[in-house]
Amino acid sequence: MSERRDITLNINGTDYTATVEPRRTLVDVIRDDCGQTGTHIGCEHGVCGACTVLIDDEPMRSCLMFAVQADGRRIRTVEGLAEGEKLHPMQEAFMQHHALQCGFCTPGFLMLAIGVLEKKPNLSDEEIVDVLSSNLCRCTGYENIIKAVRAAAAVMRA
Amino acid sequence: MTAKPREWIGVSVTRVEDRPLVTGQGRFAGDVAFPHQLYMRIVRSPYAHGELKGVDTTAARAVKGVIAIWTAADIADLPPIDFREGPNEKLAPFRQPVLAKSVVRYAGEPVAAVFATDPYIAEDAADLVELDIEEIAAVVDATLPAADFAHGLTTEATICKQGYGDVAQAFKQAAHIIEMDLSVGRHSGVPLETRGAIGRYDAARDVLELHGAAKVPHKNRESLARMLNRSTGGVHLYEGHVGGGFGVRGEIYPEDILVLVAAMRLRRPVKWLEDRREHMIAANHSRQQHHHIRAAVDKDGCLLGIDDDFFHDQGAYIRTHGTRVADTACGILPGPYRLPHFRVAAHFRLTNKTPAATYRSPGRYETNFVRERLLDKVAKQLGLSRVEVRRRNLIAPAEMPYERPLVALGDEVVLDSGRYEELLDKALAGFQWDQLEANVKKRRAAGEIVGLGLAMYVEKSGLGPVDGARVNVHTSGEVEVITGGASVGQGFETVIAQVAAQTLGVDYRSVRVVHGRTDRIEYGIGAHATRATVMTANATMVAAEKVRAKALDMAAQLFQADAGDLTIVDGVVLRTDGSGATIDLGQLAHHLRPVSSTRGDREPGLASDGWFTTDHMTYPYGAQLALVKLDPGTGGVTIEKMLIAFDIGRAINPMLVRGQLVGGFAQGLGGALFEEFQYDERGQPLSVTLADYLVPTAHEMPSVDVMILEDAPSTCNPLGIKGAGEGGVAAVGAVIASAVDDALGGEGLITQIPIRPQMIKAILDKRKA
Repeated sequence: MSERRDITLNINGTDYTATVEPRRTLVDVIRDDCGQTGTHIGCEHGVCGACTVLIDDEPMRSCLMFAVQADGRRIRTVEGLAEGEKLHPMQEAFMQHHALQCGFCTPGFLMLAIGVLEKKPNLSDEEIVDVLSSNLCRCTGYENIIKAVRAAAAVMRA
Repeated sequence: MTAKPREWIGVSVTRVEDRPLVTGQGRFAGDVAFPHQLYMRIVRSPYAHGELKGVDTTAARAVKGVIAIWTAADIADLPPIDFREGPNEKLAPFRQPVLAKSVVRYAGEPVAAVFATDPYIAEDAADLVELDIEEIAAVVDATLPAADFAHGLTTEATICKQGYGDVAQAFKQAAHIIEMDLSVGRHSGVPLETRGAIGRYDAARDVLELHGAAKVPHKNRESLARMLNRSTGGVHLYEGHVGGGFGVRGEIYPEDILVLVAAMRLRRPVKWLEDRREHMIAANHSRQQHHHIRAAVDKDGCLLGIDDDFFHDQGAYIRTHGTRVADTACGILPGPYRLPHFRVAAHFRLTNKTPAATYRSPGRYETNFVRERLLDKVAKQLGLSRVEVRRRNLIAPAEMPYERPLVALGDEVVLDSGRYEELLDKALAGFQWDQLEANVKKRRAAGEIVGLGLAMYVEKSGLGPVDGARVNVHTSGEVEVITGGASVGQGFETVIAQVAAQTLGVDYRSVRVVHGRTDRIEYGIGAHATRATVMTANATMVAAEKVRAKALDMAAQLFQADAGDLTIVDGVVLRTDGSGATIDLGQLAHHLRPVSSTRGDREPGLASDGWFTTDHMTYPYGAQLALVKLDPGTGGVTIEKMLIAFDIGRAINPMLVRGQLVGGFAQGLGGALFEEFQYDERGQPLSVTLADYLVPTAHEMPSVDVMILEDAPSTCNPLGIKGAGEGGVAAVGAVIASAVDDALGGEGLITQIPIRPQMIKAILDKRKA
């Protein structure tokens, strides 16, 4: 296979160096090389959004990027949301509103919602549904995810 | 001041499961890793049907990092994958081999397994394995005359028959005969996490471990031990977090066997993760049936008899469930209605598609659609309202328990309790059905295409016969409940903790619930057939009651009091009048240690097993109502209003019940309007990504009103519980079809699900022309 490259990924403030084949996906490197397994793989073709992470604060599908494309960039994953024991308002809201069942899609939804709300804190309810319809959940029927994101948006604005 | 324990049952507490899941600390199959593990990649048949003439692995073996490549010849000693409920001679020839030998029967069938040091290398090598397959014409339509399956066998593996009474006589006496041909598409659970299996052989302990287990770890342990010719004591299954079950995950598939055998032979842990395309063609499909059903009714619209022949599209092999889905369909078809005479025959057909088995509400999603379509047509033909036809046929509370000489899931059908008409009335009132009917008339006059739909149904839950649990109070005071249950994300830990907490008198957050581990408890029923809460919670209550009694007995001795005057509040034993000394459960556990001098003649440990046995399943029931609007330009369906009324006897946690109902509804909606595994005429699968197989998103999901009723507690268990897991999905195909059909004039034009926009548009365009 083609030659490996040295890259550095900054994940949640920590630099991880890895030597990877250019074809290696970002999500595989985040999970397997950097050990941050909170980011999940649901489809590997960019539809389900379970692998959503923030790259330079922008929600991205980490299954649709090669790790080498993220070299030197700032990545935020679900592991970086809480500050010590203190959860992010979005995490709190997901728990309070029963916005997760199996929890597999949850990290992707958290990163998507946070990434969008940090840039546009005043999204309307309709816009929130629009945003959330880019990820898939098979357990909840979305109702409680929408409720949780609305509630967290209010807390994040405060 | 009197001491009052807190109530936990019936309270919408937040889940104990959530924190690791929202912080990225879950452990799903993909997160399990062992040192020096190998990675497996399956080479799958690209053809739906063909003669397998050879497999050339030469080029693949040359790839650096490839450790082994197996074909059927390498595992010739392994039997095909057996049925969970034990041997079945008649169906045995239709079982799936672990790797195809001389014939491939569906696109996606495992033909070879590559083991390598890296998953990318394993996939590279798999691409280099050359298959010599001579294509044979594929069977893709289960309704055509049966074809040859193998020597002396046809594709009609069996016919499942049930019935009672004299159907011929009923049709002779009938004032009206109503007939329909109805089809349900091929759907499946499609969980967000694909399957995964990690096999590990620990030679030091001589234990073979399967990680990534789900659903029925204990039953699977028995099957695996049988197949691999090992003692069950030397096989253990471990369930971590499970990214959605829905019936699909946790059955034994070829890949589970392969990682275990490879772990033994290659002496390294072996990890397999399914990719999404594989999942769509390799994990169980479900639902696909075609019914030809007839009803005999009297002049008042009362059912005299139903006669149904249906074709069940099983796919290429008969997997672990045997004929269970078809059997259940037969047994549950009559639903909540009186039915004097009944005959049903399920033609259980093999086709060259992915094998089928259960998907949430198996046999009911299909037959609720079929039966409710039929009742709508009865109403139409007799000039009655759809509500009135149902009223005239619903079983009355005075007739409960209602025995029906049918069998579902191997259990004789006895509807334990139900106030069906009362639920219907509550649902109609809650939905404002009458006002909406008037409103729909007005809107239609103004040119809108709108319709109302109604479906009633009986679910089943709590399949027994028995489950056990062990409650153990540690000297730290922590309460551990060890169950043989399983968690597929439904909130199992929380519900069991709530029942243990209330029974024992502790905070539910102090209860640790163990599940999905065969090394912690010898027996377990897992999580399927909506049985976990009914069976495991009742067993937990029995065990917790014994522990409570033991704690009070020990405390009574220490306090020199009467145990009857004591209670437990927040883990502390005290007098019910609140006076005097107190002692916490951890201290009592200390007094009950084997070496304790205060223990007396009591068995060591503040712990107890509890068993719960039931004679029959319990039957929750419900109604679903919908208001839809059709778009004449696109044929699209908008659900404007939706109500689910469901009686579950007693809700342990109403928030979680609602979550089950709404989440189930979303899956049902997928099956009603969007989801279908389609095939071309050569048996090539056309729905292999989440861009072809359309799972509903937040956009498609309407807001759903939910009425959780507790009017008819189960008479089958002390907690009075009926399960909630499948009540949301069960009647969605039925109700959406009813509503769309009503919008189109109520002529019975909707005879299949999913209802695609093209179908609606074609009907509307034809009408215009």
